[in-house]
Amino acid sequence: MAGLAASYGSGAMTNSIAEIEDCPVMLVIGSNTTENHPVIGTVMRRAVLHKGAKIIVADPRRIPLVQDAAIWLRQRPGTDLALVNGLLHVILRDGLQDQKFIDKRTEGFEALKESLKKYDPATVEKITGVPAADIEAAARLFGAAERAGIFYAMGITQHTVGTDNVKALANLAMATGNVGKESAGVNPLRGQNNVQGACDMGALPTDFPAYQKVANPEMRARFAQAWGLASLSDKPGLTVTEMIDAAAQGKLKALYIMGENSLLSDPDLNHLRKALAKLPFLVVQDIFLSETAQEADVVLPSACWAEKDGTFTNTERRVQRIRKAASPPGQAWPDWKIIAELGKRLGGSWGYGGPAEIMEEVAKVTPSYAGINYQRLEELGGLHWPCPDTEHGGTCVLHVDSFSRGKGLFHAVEHAEPAELPDEAYPYTLTTGRILYQYHTGTMTRRAVGLEDMAPECLVEINPADAQSLGLANGDQVRVASRRGEIQAKAWVTERVGRGVIFIPFHYAEAAANLLTNPALDPVSKIPEYKVCAVQVAKAA
Amino acid sequence: MAQSKLTIDGRELEFTPGETILQVAWRNGVRIPTLCYLKDATPTGACRICLVEVKGARTLVASCALPAAAGMEVSTDTGKVHTARRLNVELLLSSGDHNCLLCEANGACGLQALAYEYGVQAGRFLGMTQTYPIEQDNPLIVRDFSKCILCGRCVQACNEVQVNRAIGFGYRGARAKIVTAGDRAYHLSDCVFCGQCVQACPVGALTEKKARGQARTWETSKTKTTCPYCGVGCQMYLHTKRGKIVKITAADNQGPNFGRLCVKGRFGYDFVHSPDRLTTPLIKENGSFREATWGEALDLVAAKFKEIMASEGPDAIGGLSSARVTNEENYLFQKLIRSAVGTHNVDHCARL
Ligand code: SF4
Ligand code: SF4
Repeated sequence: MAGLAASYGSGAMTNSIAEIEDCPVMLVIGSNTTENHPVIGTVMRRAVLHKGAKIIVADPRRIPLVQDAAIWLRQRPGTDLALVNGLLHVILRDGLQDQKFIDKRTEGFEALKESLKKYDPATVEKITGVPAADIEAAARLFGAAERAGIFYAMGITQHTVGTDNVKALANLAMATGNVGKESAGVNPLRGQNNVQGACDMGALPTDFPAYQKVANPEMRARFAQAWGLASLSDKPGLTVTEMIDAAAQGKLKALYIMGENSLLSDPDLNHLRKALAKLPFLVVQDIFLSETAQEADVVLPSACWAEKDGTFTNTERRVQRIRKAASPPGQAWPDWKIIAELGKRLGGSWGYGGPAEIMEEVAKVTPSYAGINYQRLEELGGLHWPCPDTEHGGTCVLHVDSFSRGKGLFHAVEHAEPAELPDEAYPYTLTTGRILYQYHTGTMTRRAVGLEDMAPECLVEINPADAQSLGLANGDQVRVASRRGEIQAKAWVTERVGRGVIFIPFHYAEAAANLLTNPALDPVSKIPEYKVCAVQVAKAA
Repeated sequence: MAQSKLTIDGRELEFTPGETILQVAWRNGVRIPTLCYLKDATPTGACRICLVEVKGARTLVASCALPAAAGMEVSTDTGKVHTARRLNVELLLSSGDHNCLLCEANGACGLQALAYEYGVQAGRFLGMTQTYPIEQDNPLIVRDFSKCILCGRCVQACNEVQVNRAIGFGYRGARAKIVTAGDRAYHLSDCVFCGQCVQACPVGALTEKKARGQARTWETSKTKTTCPYCGVGCQMYLHTKRGKIVKITAADNQGPNFGRLCVKGRFGYDFVHSPDRLTTPLIKENGSFREATWGEALDLVAAKFKEIMASEGPDAIGGLSSARVTNEENYLFQKLIRSAVGTHNVDHCARL
């Protein structure tokens, strides 16, 4: 999301979900939408069925949405940036850009134009494996559209060049004038229910609520005052990856983990296990005794989503209520109560009557949530931030008259190969992701009758031609190994993946894909390269 | 503007071109019953319950399929209309095994409601049925074709509302039924178990397997909430009986999902009542956990934090918040780490 913030001044979805149904052309890249955001996938398909929309899917895998696509571009994993630059090259070459928009609302165009010269379709075909003619066709479809929307997810961000990938998409949307209007825009689809909210609320080392920077002394003073303190620390904080490294080096002495099963979602599981074992004091607050919780010194039991009140902010910046429908088991407490009780013991005023009251405080210190309170959410069902005051109806489309940062900024971004490429020893490219019936590390879905029955075990997707050369049949046990670890699972011989590419979902502890993945990080977002690493594949003995 | 008006039961009403008579009526609070009409899908006119009289038309017309036209005079409440509707309810009721007392949909059935309204008894047209065994080979959806009235709502829900294209009409005449491609069982077909067809079924032909026998409709309460899974944030109702979730349905008429859900949102709730849930604080002593009180556990955490803050400084402590919990909780968590511990070592795991 750092890429989008650098280009536009805000890292969130520029448009709302309801607008998708009227979006005439969509570029869906690095998002297996119908499996990972199924109801958004539904809206896209409705746009095709009922309104004649055209979808361009760019994905190394034959994802289900390919069935609905006008054009499918199968890029080699890790070459998204070259592909997007190629599309924009054709658009500029053919004069399909929105020059008025570029002149009035953006800066940095000339440098971008210069940098795009080398991304001609023939060159891009060589890098990405996508036929030049398809690049031309997709570029013309996107460039000629009156409104076109871009939708992406982890397939774009989980790369060492993730931030640059996003900047390339931001370039494409701006150059075609597709920002600040309905049914268009650049739309990152957030994976977990409240990632957006966690970021909005300042669960980030660099940011207070509403992305107000910790580095800014004025902000620190403001929050110190709001929280009844003389001052706040001026030392920059550590990111999650840095905290784990600090634990491994013995510098971090205590870690408090709330509501996560981070062991399975970490890019290098073995490293993480060692780091946690080294920590002198680990507190885990969870609804289950997860793998992480088992390592803890103190475990605090929390209420789950159905057992408490509160709000989530979805991927389109819409703040919505959750409501208590059941009592927590045993002595479990809602997380807010646990934090407040701990707060009382550490000092400060923590006498909150409940979530509604906490939201009142949030509204006071979070400009984009200033107009949000429980009474309004009750009446309206939800509010899209920014919602600056209690008369304001919320904002579906961002950057309408100007960008959050003033002018939109073009970034000349260059293709770079993934950190680890297949070679003789590790000849296959592994890419990871989610599947429809499971969610994240499976703590919830794997306990659901039906979901677990439909997808009870990890399936390694492998192309029929590769399967043949490896002597593999559908359902055989395979051993997949990278330089970091190895797992065994069942082979699914399928055209969903291209030759040389393996796909493994990361939900299964017994075949944890993250034992294999490469912890190489994007330098800005610090997101690991889950989408590309090199592996060996062989029939299990 | 005069062209965009028609009269329904003597009331002059405005309409926008493209609206059907049914839509104009409902928008204006005129009640027309229907079993097959499904919002967000093309009308099919299959159930013949929404019949109305239109002046000048030779027969009664299905109001769900007829576009409103200027100057039209529509009557919804005439003897002829009611006789026809009653007959159609009788036909539907007699076309299958509608033993209401043994049906999951009892109390929430559109056909049952109409039978009461029109005082219809089952059984006038016995013997018109082709019966099929109940299909329950998959873990989520039970299909009982002996209760299917062939209204086609499930087909519309699957193909037009969700666009999953898993089911359609198959066979002809008395053998007509709803089938997946190749008439395979649901779990062997293209079905992705979004459950939209179940939600659309007005009778008891399609039901949630996990909900069967759990509660009768009038025993449950409904709580509106937001799905805990992906970032779409679908709006849904939790149906609970004595604090236990028995099923989940989508909230209609509002974003972001407008009545739709996916398999995770609709069926992924068992974890809430799992016996594996943590029920008490735990403290590790000599390598194994013992149960503790809240006071003990929180005092211990606070004491350890204070000890480390004093000896190593606050930056030796870190906190990982969560993309799973609420905004309020995320806010409090970062406030705790920043103000009470005194470090900016706070992040969440979503970047991973
Ligand atoms: S569950 Fe969903 S996909 Fe399956 S038949 Fe019903 S509507 Fe179609
Ligand atoms: S119902 Fe499905 S699409 Fe909707 S929020 Fe839940 S997981 Fe996402």
